[in-house]
Amino acid sequence: MRITQGTFSFLPDFSDAEIRAQVEYCLKNNWAVSVEFTDDPHPRNTYWEMWGMPMFDLKDAAGIMYEINQCRKAYPNHYVRVNGFDSTRGWETVRLSFIVNRPKHEPGFQVQRQEGPGRRIRYTVHSYATDKPKGERYNEP
Amino acid sequence: MGGPGAGTIKGKERYKAGVIPYKTMGYWEPRYVPKDTDLIALFRITPQEGVDPEEAAAAVAGESSTATWTVVWTDRLTACEAYRAKAYRVDAVPNTPGQYFAYIAYDLDLFEPGSIANLTASIIGNVFGFKPLKALRLEDMRMPIAYLKTFDGPPTGIVVERERLDKFGRPLLGATTKPKLGLSGKNYGRVVYEALKGGLDFVKDDENINSQPFMHWRDRYLYCMEAVNRACAETGEVKGHYLNITAATMEDMYERAEFAKELGSCIVMIDLVIGYTAIQSISKWARKNDMILHLHRAGHGTYTRQKSHGISFRVISKWMRMAGVDHIHAGTVVGKLEGDPNMVQGYYNVLREPHNPVDLQRGIFFEQEWAGLRKVMPVASGGIHAGQMHQLIHYLGEDVVLQFGGGTIGHPMGVQAGATANRVALEAMIQARNEGKDIWNEGMQILEKAAKSCAPLKAALEVWKDITFDYASTDTADFVPTPTVSA
Repeated sequence: MRITQGTFSFLPDFSDAEIRAQVEYCLKNNWAVSVEFTDDPHPRNTYWEMWGMPMFDLKDAAGIMYEINQCRKAYPNHYVRVNGFDSTRGWETVRLSFIVNRPKHEPGFQVQRQEGPGRRIRYTVHSYATDKPKGERYNEP
Repeated sequence: MGGPGAGTIKGKERYKAGVIPYKTMGYWEPRYVPKDTDLIALFRITPQEGVDPEEAAAAVAGESSTATWTVVWTDRLTACEAYRAKAYRVDAVPNTPGQYFAYIAYDLDLFEPGSIANLTASIIGNVFGFKPLKALRLEDMRMPIAYLKTFDGPPTGIVVERERLDKFGRPLLGATTKPKLGLSGKNYGRVVYEALKGGLDFVKDDENINSQPFMHWRDRYLYCMEAVNRACAETGEVKGHYLNITAATMEDMYERAEFAKELGSCIVMIDLVIGYTAIQSISKWARKNDMILHLHRAGHGTYTRQKSHGISFRVISKWMRMAGVDHIHAGTVVGKLEGDPNMVQGYYNVLREPHNPVDLQRGIFFEQEWAGLRKVMPVASGGIHAGQMHQLIHYLGEDVVLQFGGGTIGHPMGVQAGATANRVALEAMIQARNEGKDIWNEGMQILEKAAKSCAPLKAALEVWKDITFDYASTDTADFVPTPTVSA
């Protein structure tokens, strides 16, 4: 399966030039770009690991591309996403977030159903990858 | 019009038993300067033949505040000058003989804190049937900060909704299950699953899906939540279905809302026809239970559409932001339902902005500071399809739910393919916009390029390429000519 989180997951994977164009869009809007990675892609996993702090003061797309690529090199089999953070009053939140790296094989999720009275079902969405400890997920078989 | 010498009768003469013009009772005060804490209402008035517009404006002020048709001495037991609403300005409507804009100021203490029901009982309570007027329309209102701070506003709001759903940088995508009536719970859930798996973020009950013989509400909720959770696992995304909890009584609505919560739904839905008090009640419940609250504006067209009489939808938008809903249907511009581009953008600005400047072209007559009330996500729904993606983003921006019901479910390759076509068209258009492309003029080329690697989008563009709804709008701005958009 292909996890479709992020702004552009239904499009073919972006080239470096396409990623850079989106980074430049963030910079044009005065958003701070940040890079995050994880091997736990559960949709409720809000806190991916930070590849350093948001780059509040880095206004140079080439410098940001360097950080993105360093993160991808260090974690080739993780999910890596690029965020644009808007600190304007009334927003103070992420305004753009897209995946720029993903594991070669994505095993996906299982729905676990706990049956209760009156046809009630309690659902849990479980990531197969997280059956293994952190760091050992998404290794080549 | 107006000018000095309003002619308010003072002292003993004012309270002599009998009937005197509203204008002389203290409801026409052209020299009055509204206080920062006053509510201001702007009415479009159409007086009967021979009725002086200032007298008509004074009558509206009187009938929406303290007046009755004759003088009453009991006024003198109160600080009645303060309680009288004051018409202070009357302008002729540009290019529209016989119609006038009347500005009326109301003291803050005329209203119960935090109650839309009380506000509306005054402002639109009696006065719309008043005989000396042929027609009356509430065009806009200015809410003072002191009053706004008595309302909770949206329980979730755009920012928190996006963070909760983990969806940023693009409009959200939805669809209404079709056919809107007749599907069994099991078949209904099938449509929900297919649309969510194919790429939509939300599917929605329609306004008249409640609990009918063909599908009882519990059955629908159970099958829809199965669909939502399955689609979530298939895609790794947060998904939702607006479960309509509209019912005959508040007791029924709370029961349905609780069941939706118990099943893990992130969103519930209500219809505007349940009334302002019911909306505020369920908004409190939603706030307490971390539930996104979707409002379908069912019924609004009966009083918002005609320009001469009723209430502008921008006023309804303001009331609903105060009452506290997270989503509200607010027009598409390009779809099948009424909506002049300028007017629709005015509603969107009222719902989404922290501050509205005066913008006559978009029908916004007052500067409005929203005092920290959260932003409402507008919903564009009704006769829109993937081939209009560039127009939708151009007019409506990215903080909007685009709902393609027929445009998803009517796809020749099936519901999933329909959803995928919409999602690919959306992401491609956002990518292009961010790259600085001129999506208004190059929109079709951008879609055609995206369709090269997406067969469902190619099919959608072929089926619907010529579908537009090109009719003249009835509700248009008074200050600029505004033709209805065609593709």
